[in-house]
Amino acid sequence: MARAISPRKKMMWTVLAWFFGLLIFFPILWTFLTSFKAEAVAIADPPVWFFFDWTTENYTAVLGRSNYPLALMNSIVIAVGSTLLGIIIAVPAAWAMAFVPGRRTKDVLMWMLSTKMLPAVGVLYPLVLIAKYFNVMDSRILLVVILMLINLPIIVWMLYTYFREIPGEILEAARMDGASLRNEIIYVLTPMAVPGIASTILLNIILAWNEAFWTIILTTVSAAPLTKFISSFSAPEGLFYAKLSAASIMAIAPILVMGWFSQKQLVRGLTFGAVK
Amino acid sequence: MATEHSKASARIMIAPAVFVLLVWMLVPLCMTLYFSFADYRPLRATFDAWIGFDNYVSFLTSDSFISSVIVTLQMVAGILVITIGGGIALALLLDQPMFGQGIVRILVIAPFFVMPTVSALVWKNMFFNADNGLFSYLWKFFGAQPYDFLSQAPLFSIIVIVAWQWLPFSTLILLTAVQSLSSEQLEAAEMDGAPGYSRFWYIILPHLSRAITVVILIQTIFLLSIFAEIFVTTNGAFGTRTLTYLVYQRVLESQNIGLGSAGGIVAVILANIVAIFLMRIVGKNLDT
Repeated sequence: MARAISPRKKMMWTVLAWFFGLLIFFPILWTFLTSFKAEAVAIADPPVWFFFDWTTENYTAVLGRSNYPLALMNSIVIAVGSTLLGIIIAVPAAWAMAFVPGRRTKDVLMWMLSTKMLPAVGVLYPLVLIAKYFNVMDSRILLVVILMLINLPIIVWMLYTYFREIPGEILEAARMDGASLRNEIIYVLTPMAVPGIASTILLNIILAWNEAFWTIILTTVSAAPLTKFISSFSAPEGLFYAKLSAASIMAIAPILVMGWFSQKQLVRGLTFGAVK
Repeated sequence: MATEHSKASARIMIAPAVFVLLVWMLVPLCMTLYFSFADYRPLRATFDAWIGFDNYVSFLTSDSFISSVIVTLQMVAGILVITIGGGIALALLLDQPMFGQGIVRILVIAPFFVMPTVSALVWKNMFFNADNGLFSYLWKFFGAQPYDFLSQAPLFSIIVIVAWQWLPFSTLILLTAVQSLSSEQLEAAEMDGAPGYSRFWYIILPHLSRAITVVILIQTIFLLSIFAEIFVTTNGAFGTRTLTYLVYQRVLESQNIGLGSAGGIVAVILANIVAIFLMRIVGKNLDT
């Protein structure tokens, strides 16, 4: 863009963009502010904006609740666990499809994608039944496996698009030098693939962290992640806005930070390469 | 160039992923299919393995099915209108020269990363609540009666919540598409004296059409399965029961497994109709 832009025009766009940006961000900002208020201040009429006695008592209160730390731990284990398990299964598959494409590679990719479009309610009861049969209802391992399966198509797909950008000549050269398949993967491919794998991991931790169908239905307490924990606030007692806000901020903050880092990958990961 | 040896290894490397997905897709789906032809109500200890299409007939002819389809369509359409319209506007806005572009982008994207239960609860309590919600203060400030959004306009309220979550997604994808538009073309049109709206209508919009289609299809597939937002706001009451929610209630609340499974199969078929179109676009792109 080499067009000359008048400062006035640029100022106008700036004001307009910031206005809408802040408007969209406002619910998060408001939750953030409320989380530092005393409960009585949180529902003050008229609303209080910045000038109140900032307190961290809500955070202490929420963290002191018996099951918040557990829910946080469950979220971490489930999101990270399902992503890593998915990566372990997906890296070889994506590698093979990117570098040794066969006649059916495209069909396999498309078929994998189609499993992602299966509505959860279509398999709801069988999963409850299977979980009960193996006695894994309300367990972390169940959610690790299910969320891995849900996100596996996205993981394979993202890795595939990253791997395809690695020039094949380099691999051929390695092969000429007599590198075995294993060595080729470990010493040649992996270093080049690390950025792609890292952003795939990032995006999938985000998706798994926010998954709110299976986590709500298949857990009660002991494996309940933050999605489920927060939903227990929907039937509140007494004053709770500030505590709800504190719990919410803690639940979204780490993912928000990761999300900002992965915004580019988001487009790639969620459109399956259909928009570049 | 690939040798027979590497082809064989490739197959072994793909196998685990294909195997787990195949099991994941086939086993539960076949079970649902099996239950959908059975009269299975565990609470009443009823199990009749084959009752033909009775479940499908009673599910498809029930008023709750018809209304759930209407609610689902209204919800998806409402959210799509807001996210596509708003997304195009925001994408064009974010593409303009400005100060702090990166920060504005971050602000706009943020809602996408908020977990559904959090955004639903925050909107429900801190914005829509008739006594203490921010909108009530706003309404009172302008001298209007506070309004109980979630019981007066429940469908609209849920649409607002979900649209807020998905607006960043459409904006981000449309922005990616806008940025790939060649500025020469636009400048040429501008020099030829094409006014703003015709530049938008004849150059920008056609350029975005593919991205818009992709956004519509992907969002539709995800939106057909909205669950948490309904679960924590209205729990399916006040005419917000979507098809997904209806099946969930039939299966887990009233424990009519046969009927619910038939509903589940119906949901799968409907989702697949949308999915086919999406797969075509994605598939075409894979060749290039």
